[in-house]
Amino acid sequence: MNTVHAETMSVAHDVHDHSRHGHHKESFLTKYIFSQDHKTIGKQFLITGMIWAIIGGLFSVLFRLQLGYPDETFPILETFFGKWAKGGRIQPEFYYALITIHGTVLVFFVLTAGLSGTFANILIPLQIGARDMASPFLNMLSYWFFFLASVVMLSSIFISTGPAATGWTMYPPLSALPLASEGSKLGADLWLISMALFIVSSLLGGLNYITTVLNMRTKGMSMTRLPLTVWAMFFTAVLGVLSFPVLLSGAILLLFDRNLGTSFYLDQIYINGVVLPNEGGSAILYQHLFWFLGHPEVYIILLPAMGMVSEILSVNSRKPIFGYTAMLGSMFAICVLAFLVWAHHMFVTGLNPFLGAIFVLLTLLIAIPSAVKVFNWLTTIWRGNIRFTPAMLFAIGFVSLFISGGLTGIFLGNSTIDIHLHDTMFVVAHFHIVMGVASMFGMFAGIYHWFPKMYGRYMNTTLAYIHFWVTLVGAYLIFWPMHYQGLAGMPRRYLDKSGWVSFSQFGELDKMITVVSIVVFAVQLMFVFNFFYSIFKGRKVTNPNPWGANTLEWTTPINPGHGNWPGEIPEVHRWPYDYGKDGRDFIPQTEPISPKESVTHKTEVKPA
Amino acid sequence: MSMVSVEKNKKMHPHKFSMWVAIAGIIMMFAGLTSAMVVKSHQASWTTVEIPRIFWVSTVIILISSITMQWALRSFKQRNMPLFRLLLGITLLLGLIFVILQWLGFNILWNRYDVTFQGGGAGQFLYVIFGLHALHVLGGVIALLVLFLRIIFGKKRIYSAVPYEVMATYWHFVDLLWIYILVFFLIII
Repeated sequence: MNTVHAETMSVAHDVHDHSRHGHHKESFLTKYIFSQDHKTIGKQFLITGMIWAIIGGLFSVLFRLQLGYPDETFPILETFFGKWAKGGRIQPEFYYALITIHGTVLVFFVLTAGLSGTFANILIPLQIGARDMASPFLNMLSYWFFFLASVVMLSSIFISTGPAATGWTMYPPLSALPLASEGSKLGADLWLISMALFIVSSLLGGLNYITTVLNMRTKGMSMTRLPLTVWAMFFTAVLGVLSFPVLLSGAILLLFDRNLGTSFYLDQIYINGVVLPNEGGSAILYQHLFWFLGHPEVYIILLPAMGMVSEILSVNSRKPIFGYTAMLGSMFAICVLAFLVWAHHMFVTGLNPFLGAIFVLLTLLIAIPSAVKVFNWLTTIWRGNIRFTPAMLFAIGFVSLFISGGLTGIFLGNSTIDIHLHDTMFVVAHFHIVMGVASMFGMFAGIYHWFPKMYGRYMNTTLAYIHFWVTLVGAYLIFWPMHYQGLAGMPRRYLDKSGWVSFSQFGELDKMITVVSIVVFAVQLMFVFNFFYSIFKGRKVTNPNPWGANTLEWTTPINPGHGNWPGEIPEVHRWPYDYGKDGRDFIPQTEPISPKESVTHKTEVKPA
Repeated sequence: MSMVSVEKNKKMHPHKFSMWVAIAGIIMMFAGLTSAMVVKSHQASWTTVEIPRIFWVSTVIILISSITMQWALRSFKQRNMPLFRLLLGITLLLGLIFVILQWLGFNILWNRYDVTFQGGGAGQFLYVIFGLHALHVLGGVIALLVLFLRIIFGKKRIYSAVPYEVMATYWHFVDLLWIYILVFFLIII
């Protein structure tokens, strides 16, 4: 059966009978490798993302060793990394490569592909009541483009000049001139090629998610009855489709500058005593193109976590989500604002201060929808009958981190304060807490919550509780002190700050941060062990709806086949948050609204 | 494409919808490039370029190909298959000619007008933007070729117009995109 035919079949599932699903033979290759089943593709994204998270996390431990112990030698590093850690010391080129790849990998490969790739794939069809994505074939291509991007990025780590070492933002002229550093040579080209492949992957995924949400919903599933997870994935996909192409255009111009001698970004450069012929370019142009993606990217990372947290908080508080419509409105506002604030990353580039003032205003406006969301999360769990499952703990942890990190965003959004704080450890602390760790918490919450759906087994809860507490305390211990370092003016990305008198006071603090980051990393490895151990040996799920949730994914069999529902797709009669209504613990979306049912606290949902 | 129309009984086919989303993405890429050009055109070091006349020929070609594409779609719906095959073949050929003409245009620019990759002015943007557009047309030509070969050699009768409608949408889009780019260049440089 050719792929096109298979596609049309799954698309036209409303009319065809579903005998194909579950019956047709699948080889190992089509079931696990070149699978077109959205659930398998989601797992592929997740496991690839986890491998990258381990690599990226390990890299952060390595550069933390340098930051915490700049004067000591670690001979074991030389055994593993050879010339990159000559004499047991991390060499400057290696250090920059480490921070570059750590940032790139965590932002794009883990928290974009690993997060929205995983959960958009697994949850969208299951929660809207579709048998698969609008185009399972493009969906498969999306994963394999990501895989190719991964291979290219991974290969760049092993070439003799090392991977890109220009920071994850790839600013020219450093990134545009192979002469500038070891990490600006072949590694930078591979970085750009890898990102181009990654952008193709995320566009293919994104257009599939958008189409699926808008066109493939089951009967009765109106847009206002969608779970907030699906809304979040939808907004994420819209952001991705509209912002990633702009990064691609910036990257193409950079590739031209690097390899074909154009001067889009380059102007009057003297390097190693040589005058370069490049003239007429503007390095700031790249920053505009980069941050036009770069800022929406922050929300591409955050929104899926927000959506999953909303769902998990509601399910485990046994209460309806507070302010469903406000949640939608705030997500929409965040999406619009995401495209209008990019220049707040560029306050110190010589940006016109009057223009800067507008960007300050627009940036601070984001505080409003963010605060609405936080308020709604807190009111959702307020006086709830809370079950502290591992997923719930991570969801609460997300809200905590989002508040702590969001508040420092108000500091940085002010252009005057930003002049002092720009490129200091304060910025590192801010975005790691609000975007990095918070989204990781959302991802962990999602994994713990939907693991029973993915693998038909539970993860070990004792290990999960250890994982949560060590990670939460650890995250604050690592990143909280960085605010003080940043306020004192300590710059980010520097190899060794111990030479400055004003920063030497932080020596012991940096040691503490390094030790904690090693502990936290070890605990993440324990999570990885728990994940893979539980796939094979975890406690089996016996109840198809283990959390007592309303959404459609729990109406499928415990191990759903390709096509998700063995019989008809269930029809939807209500919104997904009828918890604790009329004395009932929960009322699934598939249950018709009975005439005796009260309409209180669900007034925003109109009966069909 | 508004959410309201989706709520109605007659839903747009998912593949068609996907194409519109993809088009939105492609528009953003060219919007990024052309706005970059606007920013740069205000700088003192800006260099301009004269657009060779051959690009006007290619404009005519791609406009005609859009007409033949639409005509092909109409004859498909009228089940006039011989005419449909002929028109699809002509569209394919015209698309190919367009790409070749663009390539010749680049050669003329490079050799006769002496516009190379040196610098970062209108000429260099022209290579990037026209080149990326030509790549998008080439992608369309390849897709057309696949559809064409499937009609010629396929054993099954084809009744669904969806693939051709999706194709036609894309084809008209790259046509309009070309007009936009050309007009944009005429205004900016």
